[in-house]
Amino acid sequence: MSAESSPKIVIVDESPIRAAILEEGLREAGFTEVVHISEMQSLLSRIYAVDPDIIVIDLENPSRDVLEQMFQVSRAVRRPIAMFVDQSDAASIQASVEAGVSAYIVDGLKKERIKPILDLCVSRFNAFSKLQDELDRTKHALEERKVIDRAKGILMKLKGLTEEEAYVLMRSTAMREKKKIGEIAQSILTASELLK
Amino acid sequence: MTTPLRIGFIPLVDAAALIVAVDKGFAAAEGLDITLVREVSWSNVRDKLNIGLFGAAHLLAPVAIASSLGLGHVKVPIAAPFNLGLNGNAITVSPALHAALMEEIDGDRFDPMATSRALARVVAKRRKEGTEPLTFGMTFPFSTHNYQLRFWMAAGGVDPDEDVQLVVLPPPYMVDSLASGHVDGFCVGAPWNSIAVDLGVGHILHFVADILPSAVEKVLAVRQDWSEKHPDVVTSLVRAHLRAADFIEQPENRSEVARLLAQPERIGVDAEVIQRTLDGRLKISPDGTMRESSRYLLVGREAAARPDPAQAAWLYAQMVRWGQTPFRADALRTVMAVFRPDLYDAATGTAPADGVRTISAFAGPPFDPNDVAGHLAAFRIGRWTP
Repeated sequence: MSAESSPKIVIVDESPIRAAILEEGLREAGFTEVVHISEMQSLLSRIYAVDPDIIVIDLENPSRDVLEQMFQVSRAVRRPIAMFVDQSDAASIQASVEAGVSAYIVDGLKKERIKPILDLCVSRFNAFSKLQDELDRTKHALEERKVIDRAKGILMKLKGLTEEEAYVLMRSTAMREKKKIGEIAQSILTASELLK
Repeated sequence: MTTPLRIGFIPLVDAAALIVAVDKGFAAAEGLDITLVREVSWSNVRDKLNIGLFGAAHLLAPVAIASSLGLGHVKVPIAAPFNLGLNGNAITVSPALHAALMEEIDGDRFDPMATSRALARVVAKRRKEGTEPLTFGMTFPFSTHNYQLRFWMAAGGVDPDEDVQLVVLPPPYMVDSLASGHVDGFCVGAPWNSIAVDLGVGHILHFVADILPSAVEKVLAVRQDWSEKHPDVVTSLVRAHLRAADFIEQPENRSEVARLLAQPERIGVDAEVIQRTLDGRLKISPDGTMRESSRYLLVGREAAARPDPAQAAWLYAQMVRWGQTPFRADALRTVMAVFRPDLYDAATGTAPADGVRTISAFAGPPFDPNDVAGHLAAFRIGRWTP
């Protein structure tokens, strides 16, 4: 690898969306040689076929232990690989573990060249987690909406209330019992299920 | 006052003491508020312990040693005041390799020297026929599984770096890899050997107790600097886990323990499969052949939980033998100091044991930690140069 050319980066990730987000980020930052591996069978031979300078792997991936084999001097290992740890910068190790990403590099690759790549991976991983959280929250909110609507329907039918009255009744009960309206709605559904 | 503590573990049967200490309340009784965090790789457990996301961890004994020496990774000195288990691993091979070995074997099939020599003949035959070398899976470069496989095959004349291929595989992938033919055999802990047998894709060839009667497997690991700052927590940890280990070893508690371990957020496999390991009564072949061993997995009995620095020295000797590190007298001292019988004794009120124990494997002279070089010189195959 010459000093000018872009290092070859392999992303090992079973999540296609996160890998795409990462790949896009790396390309935008000018790292054009990016290969995504999503298949874990024979992972080492897949990696050797690409012959990367840097390997990025998510920490939820059990195959991380497979990469550790590349530090070993053995017939199976072609280029010595080391985990990227900058002993002088504990904060960056912490940030990467907390973000859930780890990087392995070809021994001898300069720290200045790796640092921006790792920082980018950390920020993209964090962005992905945030997206995931938002998605989970939205899903949860949608489900809660459905439960409230069904509970409202039951109250309207049983007590002859209007939609507005049914909602107000649930809301005031929730406030009185210091519960969420979704919980009250759920108890109405459960009760009506039991009393069927 | 309770002390909150996060402990990382890998879903394996030898995490039993950790799980029982929390789920049966032994940890709470010692004033510990432990959250067990299930992890997917040894690298994660190591890194999260190193940077302080975990207070303590279920750790492969060789990883505790490698971390203290800075082998393969950053140097973080570890203290191991408690053994979570001795033995517990097994070597499992595919039906095809099993048949080939049984055809070549001269002697008792449970004698590791006989199977190792049979393996050497199978390897020689395959080479003559121009067949691909055999591939064996193990869990980590610094693992008991790696060293136990190597020790076994080298005794019969197989060079593990030249004659076969050893590859790292995460335990949950072992069985699939054996079924698909990516590996011909593996060495792994429970429950994975039994699962391979139940699916009809493997035969358990050896219990690790065939190779070494007592082999330290996983330790309860804390950072050394942390152990110095929190001596009371270390004491509570040792006590809680010793009570858990004693509970596990009572035969009348075994089915309850198996049920606790089987929970989805703990190990998450069938309780019956876990109980086989705890009882040391295993189905070793798909045809239903059973084998019993009182030494299959030791959690606490026969003082199994007490750290033995000679065991640490034996593991270090294997790292030297296979070229993972050159031999150094000061490194040996560091390694032996990772295992902390003093912390165990202080916490449990055990009288310190005298002298150094030797370790006898099925091949080679007994191991004496005072003469690692002399011991290694007795083995023909290795990557070590004096």
